[in-house]
Amino acid sequence: MSAPQTLSVRNLSIMFGGVHAVEDVSFDVNPGEILAIIGPNGAGKSTIFNLISRLYEPSNGQIHYGDADLLALSPHQIVATGIARTFQNIELFEQTTVLQNLLIGRHRHMSANVFTNFAFLPGVRKSELEHRRKVEDIIDLLEIAQYRDERIADLSYGARKNVELARALCAEPSLLLLDEPASGLNTEETDDVGFWLEDIKHDLGVTLVMIEHDMNLVGQVADRVLAINEGKVLACGTPDEIRANKAVQAAYLGVSQ
Amino acid sequence: MQILFKTRYEDDIGFLVKTGEKVRVGMVLAFLFAAPLFLQTYYLSELSLLLVYAIAGIGLMILTGYTGQVSFGHAAFLGIGAYCHAILISHGVPFSVSVVATMILCGLVGMALGRSASKMHGFYLAIATLAFLILVETLLGEWVSMTNGYAGFAVPGMKILGASLGKAWQQYYVNLFFILLVIVGAANLFRSPTGRAFLAVRDSELSARSLGVNVEWVKIQSFGVSAAITGLAGVLLAHQLSYLSPEVFGVLESLKLMLMIVVGGLGSILGAVFGAILISVLPIVISFLKDVLPPAIGQQPGLEPLLFGVIIVLFIVLEPLGIYGRWMKLRYFFETFPYYRKSSFVRQKSYLKTERLR
Repeated sequence: MSAPQTLSVRNLSIMFGGVHAVEDVSFDVNPGEILAIIGPNGAGKSTIFNLISRLYEPSNGQIHYGDADLLALSPHQIVATGIARTFQNIELFEQTTVLQNLLIGRHRHMSANVFTNFAFLPGVRKSELEHRRKVEDIIDLLEIAQYRDERIADLSYGARKNVELARALCAEPSLLLLDEPASGLNTEETDDVGFWLEDIKHDLGVTLVMIEHDMNLVGQVADRVLAINEGKVLACGTPDEIRANKAVQAAYLGVSQ
Repeated sequence: MQILFKTRYEDDIGFLVKTGEKVRVGMVLAFLFAAPLFLQTYYLSELSLLLVYAIAGIGLMILTGYTGQVSFGHAAFLGIGAYCHAILISHGVPFSVSVVATMILCGLVGMALGRSASKMHGFYLAIATLAFLILVETLLGEWVSMTNGYAGFAVPGMKILGASLGKAWQQYYVNLFFILLVIVGAANLFRSPTGRAFLAVRDSELSARSLGVNVEWVKIQSFGVSAAITGLAGVLLAHQLSYLSPEVFGVLESLKLMLMIVVGGLGSILGAVFGAILISVLPIVISFLKDVLPPAIGQQPGLEPLLFGVIIVLFIVLEPLGIYGRWMKLRYFFETFPYYRKSSFVRQKSYLKTERLR
């Protein structure tokens, strides 16, 4: 696992037609912290993730992860810098098993040579077994052993959420972008997610950025919170500071009359 | 009912882990190896042709069933393979060299097609591959100095290491060798990173990208592998037909390949083989029926295509998972006997479906 570095986003903007989805957003993610991004629907949170993982082309700004200039890379090269992500509407490989999904998660560490793979040379077998061992560690961590051979299409929503998190972890990222890890989960499952996020941070040493609406979860795990509204940064600070912030209350949390 | 108790990671990698699988595959292999002993020449060459179509079907299955890229142009690779090989060996190139060269050529043409098609999806991809097919067919017909055009091209007899292999049973064993090679190779591909990247592209290009899969390159690779295998089928088809003509490799042939893998069951190697069995056995059954039925019905013109069509429509309506899906159900019935119920497969049904062909 590569050492965590600082993700620095500077003056990031993107326009969809005439809409400023993200406008002049700057923030840093420090190594080893959990940063939560909050904001109302349509504020541009997921768009920021999509910009970092290069699915969108920004109209302005810079994104650096350590020394790497992310804007100079193609989408499939991002994970090689150590950034993995999950999606808001789970994007798993539906017709394959959980195990296959997790092994695809390790794709960046594997060499996919058509000819050696076609012949399944001893080296390929050896590397398959090594990667399987790494995958099993993640399976143990997230307690999904019972789903190992199930097809994704057969899994419940909550299980899929866990598998997607597991798949991102299989890439051995140093920075993990989580798009609403607790959405659609019940209270108990949300508590589990909270514990896992702390485990991932402490045991695996992964920096986390998460978009989350559940303020209890945010308060429980986040070191800092970035509040966004209408594509702009409202405030950035500790969860308590954000809860107390008047602008954030007005835009997102609601103001008591 | 057998429950497999896995104790090593190898159990998930290995082929034929269950006893039942070993027995079934062993029986099929025994039948295939012994077939020339008891089959008449006619049925043996039909079986030979079946093997050739099964190879072509696996080629297309890799692209369409596993990578999710539709191709209506695969008859073109059959054609390129057949003609390239026939021309090479008629110039005295040894069989083995010609096979490798033909597969490389088909692979490269496939990669070129994949390169231009890698940004297309669905209907657009289908139309682009169709256009490619028409282009190749025209080329084969018009390049008279090379292919002898529509007058046809006589394929020299098969000679391997100086030994002439013209007899039906000799060609049969050559085909059998190649199909076993292709099946094992394709199965290998899908238990290793390359094949998994294909699956990833089929199911979600978005997350494949975010996990470091170069989607465009995977599509190009898949087109290349698929075209090379279909080209190999073309080589064997050339010897089977012994006389080549451009119109053999037209749209109908492409549709036949597509139909094979859809009726067989998308997303499984076995499905391609089942599809090949269906399209090879159906004409024989129909011609048999013709003799049995009263002449008023049996001798009607157009009976054969009609029955062919009806059977295929019935399959698509009643068993969208293809023959492979039906086979899975049958297996579950015996493996879980007596607990199998009609609804036991409802859950399994959802995951056998490969409906996202984009």
